[in-house]
Amino acid sequence: MPRLWRFDETIDTDVLAPGKYMKSPLAELATHCLEAVRPDFAASVGSGDVILGAPNFGVGSSREQAAEVLKHLGISAVVAPSFAGIFYRNAINLGLPVFTLSDDFYHHPGLSDGAGLTFDFDMATLTLTALGEALPLEPLPVFLRDMILDGGLIPHLEKRFQAGMEETSMEEKGA
Amino acid sequence: METLARKLIAGAAGHAAVATGDVVVCDVDLAMIHDSGGPRRVKPMLERLGRNVWDKDRVVVVSDHYVPADTDETRAIQELTRQWVQDENIANFYDQQGICHVVLPERGHLAPGMFCVGGDSHSPTGGAFGAYMFGIGATEMAGVLTTGSIWLRVPETILIEWDNQLGSYVTAKDMMLAVCGRIGMGGGRYQAIQYAGAAIRDLSMQDRMTLSNMAAELGAQAGLIAPDEVTAAYVTDAGGTLPDDWRDYRIEIADDPADHLLFDAAALSPQIAAPHSPANAADAGEFGDTGFNVAYIGACTGAKYVDLAAAASVLKGRRIASGVTLMVAPASRQDQDRAARDGVMKILEDAGAQFLPNSCGICAGYGEDRLAGDDICLSSTARNFKGRMGAPGSRVYLASPYTVAASAVAGRMRDPRDVMGG
Repeated sequence: MPRLWRFDETIDTDVLAPGKYMKSPLAELATHCLEAVRPDFAASVGSGDVILGAPNFGVGSSREQAAEVLKHLGISAVVAPSFAGIFYRNAINLGLPVFTLSDDFYHHPGLSDGAGLTFDFDMATLTLTALGEALPLEPLPVFLRDMILDGGLIPHLEKRFQAGMEETSMEEKGA
Repeated sequence: METLARKLIAGAAGHAAVATGDVVVCDVDLAMIHDSGGPRRVKPMLERLGRNVWDKDRVVVVSDHYVPADTDETRAIQELTRQWVQDENIANFYDQQGICHVVLPERGHLAPGMFCVGGDSHSPTGGAFGAYMFGIGATEMAGVLTTGSIWLRVPETILIEWDNQLGSYVTAKDMMLAVCGRIGMGGGRYQAIQYAGAAIRDLSMQDRMTLSNMAAELGAQAGLIAPDEVTAAYVTDAGGTLPDDWRDYRIEIADDPADHLLFDAAALSPQIAAPHSPANAADAGEFGDTGFNVAYIGACTGAKYVDLAAAASVLKGRRIASGVTLMVAPASRQDQDRAARDGVMKILEDAGAQFLPNSCGICAGYGEDRLAGDDICLSSTARNFKGRMGAPGSRVYLASPYTVAASAVAGRMRDPRDVMGG
Protein backbone atom coordinates (compact mmCIF):
# COMPACT_ATOMS: atom_id res chain seq x y z
CA MET A 1 0.00 0.00 0.00
CA PRO A 2 1.31 3.45 -0.85
CA ARG A 3 2.71 5.42 2.06
CA LEU A 4 3.56 9.00 2.87
CA TRP A 5 7.14 10.21 3.15
CA ARG A 6 7.09 13.33 5.26
CA PHE A 7 10.09 15.70 5.27
CA ASP A 8 10.02 18.52 7.79
CA GLU A 9 13.35 20.00 6.66
CA THR A 10 13.72 22.05 3.47
CA ILE A 11 14.46 19.67 0.60
CA ASP A 12 16.82 21.12 -2.00
CA THR A 13 17.71 19.89 -5.49
CA ASP A 14 21.18 18.87 -4.40
CA VAL A 15 19.91 16.28 -1.92
CA LEU A 16 17.37 15.03 -4.48
CA ALA A 17 19.98 14.69 -7.25
CA PRO A 18 23.48 14.92 -5.73
CA GLY A 19 26.08 16.64 -7.94
CA LYS A 20 28.57 13.82 -7.57
CA TYR A 21 26.26 11.43 -9.44
CA MET A 22 24.86 13.88 -12.00
CA LYS A 23 27.09 12.42 -14.72
CA SER A 24 25.62 8.95 -14.10
CA PRO A 25 22.59 7.38 -15.78
CA LEU A 26 19.25 8.26 -14.17
CA ALA A 27 18.78 4.81 -12.60
CA GLU A 28 22.05 5.15 -10.72
CA LEU A 29 21.46 8.79 -9.78
CA ALA A 30 18.08 7.76 -8.36
CA THR A 31 19.70 5.33 -5.91
CA HIS A 32 21.32 8.36 -4.23
CA CYS A 33 18.12 10.44 -4.06
CA LEU A 34 17.77 12.02 -0.58
CA GLU A 35 20.58 9.89 0.86
CA ALA A 36 22.06 12.89 2.69
CA VAL A 37 18.87 13.30 4.75
CA ARG A 38 17.16 9.86 4.61
CA PRO A 39 19.62 7.11 3.67
CA ASP A 40 16.88 4.43 3.43
CA PHE A 41 14.64 6.39 1.06
CA ALA A 42 15.70 5.23 -2.40
CA ALA A 43 15.84 1.55 -1.40
CA SER A 44 12.48 1.46 0.38
CA VAL A 45 10.27 3.88 -1.60
CA GLY A 46 7.42 2.13 -3.37
CA SER A 47 5.30 2.79 -6.43
CA GLY A 48 2.47 5.19 -5.68
CA ASP A 49 4.11 6.65 -2.58
CA VAL A 50 3.59 10.35 -1.91
CA ILE A 51 6.08 12.93 -0.61
CA LEU A 52 4.92 15.66 1.74
CA GLY A 53 7.58 18.35 1.89
CA ALA A 54 8.20 21.50 3.90
CA PRO A 55 7.67 24.92 2.25
CA ASN A 56 9.89 25.88 -0.72
CA PHE A 57 10.32 22.24 -1.77
CA GLY A 58 12.96 21.80 -4.49
CA VAL A 59 14.90 24.99 -3.82
CA GLY A 60 18.25 25.36 -5.56
CA SER A 61 19.52 24.20 -8.91
CA SER A 62 17.68 24.02 -12.24
CA ARG A 63 18.66 20.33 -12.63
CA GLU A 64 15.41 18.62 -13.58
CA GLN A 65 16.83 15.28 -12.50
CA ALA A 66 15.69 16.40 -9.04
CA ALA A 67 12.11 15.80 -10.20
CA GLU A 68 12.95 13.04 -12.65
CA VAL A 69 14.45 10.73 -10.00
CA LEU A 70 11.27 11.00 -7.92
CA LYS A 71 9.17 9.98 -10.91
CA HIS A 72 11.63 7.18 -11.67
CA LEU A 73 11.33 5.87 -8.11
CA GLY A 74 7.55 5.67 -8.45
CA ILE A 75 6.48 8.73 -6.47
CA SER A 76 2.91 9.52 -7.56
CA ALA A 77 2.81 13.07 -6.26
CA VAL A 78 4.80 15.64 -4.34
CA VAL A 79 2.73 17.79 -2.03
CA ALA A 80 3.97 20.84 -0.12
CA PRO A 81 2.75 24.22 1.14
CA SER A 82 4.95 25.83 -1.54
CA PHE A 83 7.48 24.89 -4.20
CA ALA A 84 10.60 26.53 -5.57
CA GLY A 85 9.68 27.98 -8.97
CA ILE A 86 12.06 26.07 -11.23
CA PHE A 87 11.42 22.72 -9.54
CA TYR A 88 7.66 23.24 -9.90
CA ARG A 89 7.94 23.92 -13.64
CA ASN A 90 10.38 21.01 -14.10
CA ALA A 91 8.07 18.56 -12.34
CA ILE A 92 5.13 19.46 -14.56
CA ASN A 93 7.31 19.41 -17.67
CA LEU A 94 8.30 15.85 -16.75
CA GLY A 95 4.76 14.77 -15.90
CA LEU A 96 5.30 14.50 -12.13
CA PRO A 97 2.19 15.72 -10.27
CA VAL A 98 2.98 18.54 -7.81
CA PHE A 99 0.29 20.05 -5.63
CA THR A 100 0.22 22.71 -2.98
CA LEU A 101 -1.97 22.30 0.09
CA SER A 102 -3.26 24.74 2.66
CA ASP A 103 -1.46 25.28 5.96
CA ASP A 104 -4.35 23.65 7.83
CA PHE A 105 -3.99 20.40 5.93
CA TYR A 106 -0.19 20.58 6.05
CA HIS A 107 -0.49 20.36 9.84
CA HIS A 108 -3.17 17.62 9.72
CA PRO A 109 -2.18 14.98 12.31
CA GLY A 110 -3.02 12.17 9.91
CA LEU A 111 -0.25 13.26 7.50
CA SER A 112 2.49 11.61 9.53
CA ASP A 113 5.57 9.95 8.09
CA GLY A 114 4.74 6.41 7.01
CA ALA A 115 0.94 6.91 6.96
CA GLY A 116 -0.90 4.80 4.41
CA LEU A 117 -2.75 6.84 1.80
CA THR A 118 -3.84 7.05 -1.81
CA PHE A 119 -3.48 9.94 -4.21
CA ASP A 120 -6.18 10.79 -6.75
CA PHE A 121 -4.94 13.05 -9.55
CA ASP A 122 -8.35 13.74 -11.10
CA MET A 123 -9.93 14.67 -7.80
CA ALA A 124 -6.73 16.31 -6.46
CA THR A 125 -7.08 14.56 -3.10
CA LEU A 126 -5.06 12.52 -0.65
CA THR A 127 -7.11 9.86 1.12
CA LEU A 128 -5.79 8.71 4.47
CA THR A 129 -6.28 4.95 4.77
CA ALA A 130 -6.61 4.92 8.56
CA LEU A 131 -9.19 7.70 8.71
CA GLY A 132 -10.87 7.25 5.35
CA GLU A 133 -10.66 11.01 5.06
CA ALA A 134 -9.99 12.71 1.71
CA LEU A 135 -7.87 15.85 2.06
CA PRO A 136 -8.27 18.37 -0.77
CA LEU A 137 -5.19 19.68 -2.57
CA GLU A 138 -5.19 22.98 -4.43
CA PRO A 139 -6.26 22.33 -8.04
CA LEU A 140 -3.82 22.95 -10.88
CA PRO A 141 -4.55 25.40 -13.72
CA VAL A 142 -6.14 23.50 -16.59
CA PHE A 143 -3.22 23.83 -19.02
CA LEU A 144 -0.74 22.48 -16.46
CA ARG A 145 -3.09 19.62 -15.64
CA ASP A 146 -3.31 18.79 -19.34
CA MET A 147 0.45 18.80 -19.66
CA ILE A 148 0.81 16.28 -16.83
CA LEU A 149 -1.93 14.13 -18.37
CA ASP A 150 -0.03 14.13 -21.66
CA GLY A 151 3.00 12.85 -19.75
CA GLY A 152 4.89 16.14 -19.71
CA LEU A 153 6.03 18.85 -22.10
CA ILE A 154 7.74 16.68 -24.74
CA PRO A 155 4.74 14.36 -25.41
CA HIS A 156 2.55 17.49 -25.20
CA LEU A 157 4.63 19.25 -27.88
CA GLU A 158 4.79 16.07 -29.94
CA LYS A 159 1.01 16.00 -30.02
CA ARG A 160 0.83 19.65 -30.98
CA PHE A 161 3.47 19.40 -33.71
CA GLN A 162 1.72 16.37 -35.19
CA ALA A 163 -1.52 18.33 -35.23
CA GLY A 164 0.31 21.13 -37.10
CA MET A 165 -0.04 23.59 -34.23
CA GLU A 166 3.21 25.52 -34.16
CA GLU A 167 2.13 28.43 -32.06
CA THR A 168 0.89 28.19 -28.50
CA SER A 169 -2.16 30.37 -28.33
CA MET A 170 -3.22 32.37 -25.31
CA GLU A 171 -6.74 30.95 -25.37
CA GLU A 172 -5.45 27.45 -24.96
CA LYS A 173 -3.54 28.41 -21.85
CA GLY A 174 -6.95 28.61 -20.21
CA ALA A 175 -5.62 30.79 -17.43
CA MET B 1 1.42 50.56 -12.53
CA GLU B 2 4.18 49.37 -14.85
CA THR B 3 7.28 47.91 -13.27
CA LEU B 4 10.48 47.07 -15.16
CA ALA B 5 9.59 43.37 -14.88
CA ARG B 6 6.15 43.90 -16.45
CA LYS B 7 7.54 46.20 -19.16
CA LEU B 8 10.07 43.54 -20.20
CA ILE B 9 7.50 40.72 -20.12
CA ALA B 10 4.91 42.75 -22.02
CA GLY B 11 7.49 43.49 -24.69
CA ALA B 12 8.37 39.83 -25.10
CA ALA B 13 4.70 38.83 -25.12
CA GLY B 14 3.82 41.44 -27.74
CA HIS B 15 1.34 43.22 -25.47
CA ALA B 16 1.09 46.92 -24.62
CA ALA B 17 0.91 45.97 -20.96
CA VAL B 18 0.50 42.92 -18.72
CA ALA B 19 -0.89 42.53 -15.21
CA THR B 20 0.37 40.42 -12.32
CA GLY B 21 -1.08 36.93 -12.57
CA ASP B 22 -1.60 37.01 -16.35
CA VAL B 23 -0.32 33.91 -18.10
CA VAL B 24 1.42 34.97 -21.29
CA VAL B 25 3.58 33.39 -23.98
CA CYS B 26 6.85 35.26 -24.53
CA ASP B 27 9.21 35.25 -27.49
CA VAL B 28 12.73 34.37 -26.37
CA ASP B 29 15.58 36.62 -27.52
CA LEU B 30 18.34 34.36 -26.24
CA ALA B 31 18.64 30.86 -24.75
CA MET B 32 21.79 29.86 -22.91
CA ILE B 33 22.67 26.25 -22.11
CA HIS B 34 25.65 24.54 -20.52
CA ASP B 35 27.30 21.14 -20.75
CA SER B 36 25.34 19.57 -17.90
CA GLY B 37 21.73 20.56 -18.62
CA GLY B 38 22.31 21.35 -22.29
CA PRO B 39 23.09 19.19 -25.32
CA ARG B 40 23.31 15.86 -23.48
CA ARG B 41 19.78 16.40 -22.15
CA VAL B 42 18.03 18.28 -24.99
CA LYS B 43 19.47 16.34 -27.95
CA PRO B 44 17.28 13.25 -27.49
CA MET B 45 14.22 15.44 -26.93
CA LEU B 46 14.80 17.45 -30.11
CA GLU B 47 15.33 14.20 -31.99
CA ARG B 48 12.05 12.81 -30.65
CA LEU B 49 10.30 16.00 -31.76
CA GLY B 50 12.07 15.89 -35.12
CA ARG B 51 13.22 19.50 -34.77
CA ASN B 52 16.39 21.56 -34.83
CA VAL B 53 16.93 24.73 -32.81
CA TRP B 54 14.52 27.47 -33.85
CA ASP B 55 17.23 30.10 -34.37
CA LYS B 56 20.89 29.13 -34.10
CA ASP B 57 21.96 32.74 -33.61
CA ARG B 58 19.84 33.02 -30.46
CA VAL B 59 21.44 30.03 -28.75
CA VAL B 60 24.63 30.26 -26.66
CA VAL B 61 26.38 27.12 -25.41
CA VAL B 62 28.98 27.20 -22.62
CA SER B 63 30.94 24.20 -21.31
CA ASP B 64 31.64 24.96 -17.66
CA HIS B 65 30.30 22.22 -15.37
CA TYR B 66 32.31 19.16 -16.39
CA VAL B 67 35.56 21.11 -16.53
CA PRO B 68 38.14 19.71 -16.24
CA ALA B 69 36.84 16.64 -18.06
CA ASP B 70 39.05 14.17 -16.26
CA THR B 71 36.99 10.97 -16.44
CA ASP B 72 35.69 8.92 -19.35
CA GLU B 73 32.13 9.93 -18.53
CA THR B 74 32.85 13.65 -18.43
CA ARG B 75 35.02 13.53 -21.55
CA ALA B 76 32.09 11.89 -23.35
CA ILE B 77 29.78 14.68 -22.17
CA GLN B 78 32.19 17.33 -23.51
CA GLU B 79 32.54 15.54 -26.82
CA LEU B 80 28.77 15.21 -27.19
CA THR B 81 28.45 18.96 -26.51
CA ARG B 82 30.98 19.83 -29.24
CA GLN B 83 29.37 17.49 -31.74
CA TRP B 84 25.87 18.83 -31.09
CA VAL B 85 27.00 22.44 -31.46
CA GLN B 86 28.57 21.50 -34.79
CA ASP B 87 25.50 19.58 -35.97
CA GLU B 88 23.20 22.49 -35.07
CA ASN B 89 25.66 24.96 -36.64
CA ILE B 90 25.76 27.11 -33.49
CA ALA B 91 28.51 29.73 -33.65
CA ASN B 92 28.11 31.00 -30.07
CA PHE B 93 29.99 28.20 -28.32
CA TYR B 94 32.43 28.82 -25.46
CA ASP B 95 34.34 25.65 -24.68
CA GLN B 96 36.02 25.78 -21.25
CA GLN B 97 36.26 29.59 -21.27
CA GLY B 98 34.63 30.11 -17.88
CA ILE B 99 31.27 30.03 -16.10
CA CYS B 100 28.25 30.65 -18.31
CA HIS B 101 26.81 33.53 -16.24
CA VAL B 102 30.10 35.43 -16.53
CA VAL B 103 30.98 34.44 -20.11
CA LEU B 104 27.56 35.39 -21.53
CA PRO B 105 27.80 39.13 -20.74
CA GLU B 106 31.58 39.43 -21.20
CA ARG B 107 31.16 38.23 -24.81
CA GLY B 108 28.49 40.84 -25.49
CA HIS B 109 25.39 38.63 -25.57
CA LEU B 110 23.28 40.59 -23.07
CA ALA B 111 21.72 44.04 -23.40
CA PRO B 112 18.88 46.00 -21.80
CA GLY B 113 15.37 45.05 -22.92
CA MET B 114 16.10 41.43 -23.81
CA PHE B 115 14.00 38.45 -22.70
CA CYS B 116 16.25 35.44 -22.04
CA VAL B 117 16.23 31.99 -20.50
CA GLY B 118 19.16 29.96 -19.21
CA GLY B 119 19.46 26.30 -18.42
CA ASP B 120 20.82 27.02 -14.95
CA SER B 121 19.29 28.33 -11.75
CA HIS B 122 21.68 31.27 -11.50
CA SER B 123 20.42 32.66 -14.81
CA PRO B 124 18.80 35.69 -13.10
CA THR B 125 22.35 37.12 -13.42
CA GLY B 126 21.22 38.58 -16.75
CA GLY B 127 18.87 40.90 -14.85
CA ALA B 128 21.90 43.03 -13.95
CA PHE B 129 21.79 44.27 -17.57
CA GLY B 130 18.13 45.26 -17.54
CA ALA B 131 17.19 42.01 -19.30
CA TYR B 132 14.47 39.67 -18.03
CA MET B 133 16.34 36.40 -17.58
CA PHE B 134 15.49 33.30 -15.57
CA GLY B 135 16.52 29.69 -15.14
CA ILE B 136 14.65 26.67 -16.52
CA GLY B 137 15.20 22.91 -16.66
CA ALA B 138 16.30 20.89 -19.67
CA THR B 139 12.86 19.72 -20.81
CA GLU B 140 11.53 23.25 -20.73
CA MET B 141 14.67 24.30 -22.62
CA ALA B 142 13.87 21.72 -25.31
CA GLY B 143 10.50 23.44 -25.61
CA VAL B 144 12.17 26.83 -26.02
CA LEU B 145 14.71 25.48 -28.51
CA THR B 146 11.96 24.06 -30.72
CA THR B 147 9.36 26.84 -30.43
CA GLY B 148 11.35 29.98 -29.54
CA SER B 149 8.79 30.77 -26.87
CA ILE B 150 7.88 30.04 -23.25
CA TRP B 151 4.84 30.58 -21.02
CA LEU B 152 5.08 32.74 -17.98
CA ARG B 153 2.79 33.76 -15.16
CA VAL B 154 3.50 37.46 -14.68
CA PRO B 155 5.06 37.58 -11.22
CA GLU B 156 4.58 40.00 -8.40
CA THR B 157 7.42 42.44 -7.96
CA ILE B 158 9.54 43.02 -4.84
CA LEU B 159 11.57 46.21 -4.57
CA ILE B 160 14.83 45.82 -2.67
CA GLU B 161 16.19 49.29 -2.05
CA TRP B 162 19.72 49.90 -0.73
CA ASP B 163 20.30 53.44 0.46
CA ASN B 164 23.60 55.17 1.23
CA GLN B 165 27.08 53.84 0.51
CA LEU B 166 28.79 50.58 1.39
CA GLY B 167 31.72 50.87 3.77
CA SER B 168 35.23 49.54 3.12
CA TYR B 169 35.48 45.76 2.72
CA VAL B 170 31.69 45.39 2.40
CA THR B 171 30.47 44.01 -0.93
CA ALA B 172 27.56 42.90 -3.07
CA LYS B 173 27.92 39.40 -1.58
CA ASP B 174 27.43 40.83 1.91
CA MET B 175 24.34 42.68 0.68
CA MET B 176 22.83 39.45 -0.66
CA LEU B 177 23.67 37.36 2.38
CA ALA B 178 22.02 40.04 4.52
CA VAL B 179 18.88 39.94 2.35
CA CYS B 180 18.86 36.11 2.52
CA GLY B 181 19.18 36.37 6.29
CA ARG B 182 16.25 38.75 6.52
CA ILE B 183 13.69 37.21 4.15
CA GLY B 184 14.96 33.61 3.77
CA MET B 185 15.46 31.35 0.78
CA GLY B 186 11.77 31.21 0.01
CA GLY B 187 11.25 34.92 0.62
CA GLY B 188 11.31 35.71 -3.09
CA ARG B 189 8.27 33.46 -3.76
CA TYR B 190 9.16 33.22 -7.49
CA GLN B 191 8.65 36.95 -7.80
CA ALA B 192 10.65 39.45 -9.83
CA ILE B 193 13.05 41.37 -7.62
CA GLN B 194 13.94 44.92 -8.61
CA TYR B 195 17.07 46.33 -7.00
CA ALA B 196 17.38 50.10 -6.65
CA GLY B 197 18.98 52.80 -4.56
CA ALA B 198 22.22 54.76 -4.27
CA ALA B 199 24.32 51.76 -3.20
CA ILE B 200 23.22 49.79 -6.27
CA ARG B 201 24.15 52.63 -8.64
CA ASP B 202 27.64 52.71 -7.09
CA LEU B 203 28.34 49.07 -7.96
CA SER B 204 30.38 47.83 -10.93
CA MET B 205 28.62 45.53 -13.42
CA GLN B 206 30.31 42.44 -11.99
CA ASP B 207 29.11 43.34 -8.48
CA ARG B 208 25.60 43.98 -9.81
CA MET B 209 25.74 40.52 -11.41
CA THR B 210 26.26 39.04 -7.93
CA LEU B 211 23.06 40.72 -6.72
CA SER B 212 21.00 39.53 -9.69
CA ASN B 213 22.52 36.04 -9.61
CA MET B 214 21.58 35.51 -5.99
CA ALA B 215 17.95 36.40 -6.63
CA ALA B 216 17.98 32.62 -7.10
CA GLU B 217 18.94 32.18 -3.44
CA LEU B 218 15.82 34.14 -2.48
CA GLY B 219 13.62 31.88 -4.59
CA ALA B 220 12.82 34.73 -6.98
CA GLN B 221 12.38 34.23 -10.72
CA ALA B 222 14.36 37.29 -11.79
CA GLY B 223 16.57 39.99 -10.25
CA LEU B 224 16.47 43.21 -12.21
CA ILE B 225 18.65 46.32 -12.11
CA ALA B 226 17.88 49.32 -14.33
CA PRO B 227 20.55 50.02 -16.93
CA ASP B 228 22.59 53.20 -16.54
CA GLU B 229 25.86 54.58 -17.92
CA VAL B 230 27.80 51.82 -16.16
CA THR B 231 25.70 49.21 -17.97
CA ALA B 232 25.99 50.99 -21.29
CA ALA B 233 29.78 51.20 -21.03
CA TYR B 234 30.08 47.50 -20.13
CA VAL B 235 27.82 46.34 -22.96
CA THR B 236 29.63 48.49 -25.50
CA ASP B 237 33.09 47.36 -24.31
CA ALA B 238 31.98 43.73 -24.50
CA GLY B 239 31.01 44.19 -28.14
CA GLY B 240 27.27 44.05 -27.47
CA THR B 241 24.57 46.16 -29.07
CA LEU B 242 22.75 48.74 -26.98
CA PRO B 243 19.16 49.30 -28.10
CA ASP B 244 18.26 52.92 -28.83
CA ASP B 245 15.68 52.92 -26.04
CA TRP B 246 17.91 51.50 -23.30
CA ARG B 247 17.27 54.49 -21.03
CA ASP B 248 13.55 53.65 -21.00
CA TYR B 249 14.12 50.53 -18.87
CA ARG B 250 13.78 52.20 -15.50
CA ILE B 251 12.94 51.18 -11.97
CA GLU B 252 10.82 53.78 -10.24
CA ILE B 253 10.89 53.62 -6.47
CA ALA B 254 7.63 55.53 -6.60
CA ASP B 255 6.04 52.49 -8.27
CA ASP B 256 5.83 51.14 -4.74
CA PRO B 257 5.18 47.45 -5.25
CA ALA B 258 3.46 45.64 -2.41
CA ASP B 259 6.77 44.37 -1.10
CA HIS B 260 9.31 47.14 -0.59
CA LEU B 261 12.32 46.22 1.52
CA LEU B 262 14.66 48.99 2.59
CA PHE B 263 18.28 48.38 3.59
CA ASP B 264 20.98 50.80 4.77
CA ALA B 265 24.27 50.05 3.00
CA ALA B 266 26.24 52.26 5.40
CA ALA B 267 25.13 50.13 8.36
CA LEU B 268 26.00 46.81 6.72
CA SER B 269 28.86 44.72 8.14
CA PRO B 270 30.61 41.88 6.30
CA GLN B 271 28.44 38.77 6.52
CA ILE B 272 29.04 35.05 6.93
CA ALA B 273 26.31 32.45 6.31
CA ALA B 274 26.60 29.28 8.40
CA PRO B 275 25.84 25.76 7.06
CA HIS B 276 23.60 24.74 5.35
CA SER B 277 21.75 27.78 4.00
CA PRO B 278 22.59 31.27 2.76
CA ALA B 279 19.75 32.39 5.02
CA ASN B 280 21.92 31.56 8.07
CA ALA B 281 23.72 34.87 7.64
CA ALA B 282 25.02 37.05 10.46
CA ASP B 283 27.74 39.65 10.99
CA ALA B 284 31.18 38.14 10.33
CA GLY B 285 32.38 39.36 13.72
CA GLU B 286 30.08 36.83 15.38
CA PHE B 287 32.05 33.92 13.89
CA GLY B 288 35.43 34.97 15.33
CA ASP B 289 36.47 31.66 16.81
CA THR B 290 35.28 29.40 14.05
CA GLY B 291 38.16 27.46 12.53
CA PHE B 292 38.25 26.10 8.99
CA ASN B 293 40.70 24.30 6.75
CA VAL B 294 39.59 25.18 3.20
CA ALA B 295 39.26 28.71 1.83
CA TYR B 296 37.59 28.73 -1.58
CA ILE B 297 37.38 31.67 -3.95
CA GLY B 298 35.33 30.47 -6.85
CA ALA B 299 32.06 30.50 -8.80
CA CYS B 300 29.99 33.04 -10.68
CA THR B 301 29.32 35.17 -7.60
CA GLY B 302 32.75 34.79 -6.01
CA ALA B 303 35.63 34.68 -8.49
CA LYS B 304 35.03 37.29 -11.19
CA TYR B 305 37.75 39.86 -11.77
CA VAL B 306 36.39 42.19 -9.07
CA ASP B 307 36.34 39.29 -6.60
CA LEU B 308 39.92 38.23 -7.40
CA ALA B 309 41.05 41.84 -7.05
CA ALA B 310 39.24 42.15 -3.70
CA ALA B 311 40.98 39.04 -2.38
CA ALA B 312 44.33 40.30 -3.66
CA SER B 313 43.90 43.65 -1.90
CA VAL B 314 43.80 41.71 1.38
CA LEU B 315 46.47 39.14 0.51
CA LYS B 316 49.04 41.56 -0.86
CA GLY B 317 52.21 41.05 1.18
CA ARG B 318 50.49 38.43 3.38
CA ARG B 319 50.43 34.65 3.50
CA ILE B 320 47.64 32.32 4.42
CA ALA B 321 47.82 30.68 7.83
CA SER B 322 49.27 27.19 8.17
CA GLY B 323 46.55 24.57 8.20
CA VAL B 324 44.46 26.47 5.65
CA THR B 325 44.30 25.50 1.96
CA LEU B 326 43.32 28.39 -0.34
CA MET B 327 41.90 27.37 -3.69
CA VAL B 328 41.03 29.89 -6.39
CA ALA B 329 39.01 29.09 -9.52
CA PRO B 330 38.83 32.33 -11.59
CA ALA B 331 35.34 32.58 -13.05
CA SER B 332 36.43 33.10 -16.63
CA ARG B 333 39.48 32.94 -18.84
CA GLN B 334 39.08 36.66 -19.65
CA ASP B 335 38.94 37.60 -15.98
CA GLN B 336 41.95 35.42 -15.22
CA ASP B 337 43.93 37.00 -18.07
CA ARG B 338 43.08 40.47 -16.82
CA ALA B 339 44.05 39.47 -13.26
CA ALA B 340 47.33 38.07 -14.59
CA ARG B 341 48.09 41.26 -16.53
CA ASP B 342 47.68 43.56 -13.54
CA GLY B 343 49.43 41.42 -10.96
CA VAL B 344 46.39 40.10 -9.08
CA MET B 345 47.16 36.47 -9.90
CA LYS B 346 50.76 36.91 -8.72
CA ILE B 347 49.61 38.31 -5.38
CA LEU B 348 47.24 35.37 -4.88
CA GLU B 349 49.96 32.90 -5.82
CA ASP B 350 52.52 34.51 -3.49
CA ALA B 351 49.98 34.34 -0.66
CA GLY B 352 49.80 30.57 -1.11
CA ALA B 353 46.78 30.08 -3.38
CA GLN B 354 46.36 26.99 -5.55
CA PHE B 355 44.56 27.54 -8.85
CA LEU B 356 41.75 25.50 -10.37
CA PRO B 357 40.34 25.70 -13.92
CA ASN B 358 37.92 28.41 -15.08
CA SER B 359 34.75 26.49 -14.32
CA CYS B 360 31.99 25.90 -11.79
CA GLY B 361 34.52 23.82 -9.88
CA ILE B 362 33.85 22.81 -6.31
CA CYS B 363 30.74 25.02 -6.07
CA ALA B 364 28.79 22.68 -8.32
CA GLY B 365 30.29 19.58 -6.70
CA TYR B 366 30.32 17.77 -10.06
CA GLY B 367 34.02 17.01 -10.40
CA GLU B 368 36.77 15.12 -8.66
CA ASP B 369 37.83 18.19 -6.64
CA ARG B 370 35.42 18.02 -3.74
CA LEU B 371 35.29 18.62 -0.02
CA ALA B 372 36.02 15.66 2.23
CA GLY B 373 33.91 14.49 5.14
CA ASP B 374 35.44 16.60 7.86
CA ASP B 375 36.30 19.68 5.78
CA ILE B 376 35.11 23.04 6.97
CA CYS B 377 35.14 25.48 4.07
CA LEU B 378 34.80 29.26 3.98
CA SER B 379 33.66 29.97 0.45
CA SER B 380 32.94 33.00 -1.74
CA THR B 381 30.24 31.02 -3.58
CA ALA B 382 26.47 31.46 -3.38
CA ARG B 383 25.04 28.19 -2.07
CA ASN B 384 26.03 26.03 0.92
CA PHE B 385 23.50 23.20 0.88
CA LYS B 386 24.39 20.06 2.78
CA GLY B 387 26.73 17.91 0.68
CA ARG B 388 26.58 20.18 -2.39
CA MET B 389 30.33 20.78 -2.52
CA GLY B 390 31.41 17.35 -1.32
CA ALA B 391 30.83 14.78 1.38
CA PRO B 392 27.57 15.03 3.35
CA GLY B 393 29.61 15.69 6.50
CA SER B 394 31.47 18.69 5.04
CA ARG B 395 30.40 22.14 6.23
CA VAL B 396 30.38 25.28 4.06
CA TYR B 397 30.24 28.87 5.27
CA LEU B 398 29.61 31.64 2.73
CA ALA B 399 31.27 35.06 2.69
CA SER B 400 32.73 37.73 0.41
CA PRO B 401 36.19 37.36 -1.17
CA TYR B 402 37.50 39.99 1.29
CA THR B 403 36.24 37.95 4.23
CA VAL B 404 37.50 34.63 2.81
CA ALA B 405 40.95 36.12 2.16
CA ALA B 406 41.24 37.87 5.53
CA SER B 407 40.07 34.75 7.36
CA ALA B 408 42.56 32.60 5.42
CA VAL B 409 45.32 34.88 6.71
CA ALA B 410 44.01 34.79 10.28
CA GLY B 411 43.32 31.03 10.23
CA ARG B 412 39.94 31.80 11.85
CA MET B 413 36.79 33.40 10.48
CA ARG B 414 37.21 37.14 10.74
CA ASP B 415 35.60 40.43 9.81
CA PRO B 416 38.07 41.64 7.14
CA ARG B 417 38.09 45.11 8.71
CA ASP B 418 39.65 43.60 11.85
CA VAL B 419 42.47 42.09 9.81
CA MET B 420 43.00 45.19 7.66
CA GLY B 421 42.53 47.74 10.38
CA GLY B 422 39.79 49.32 8.26
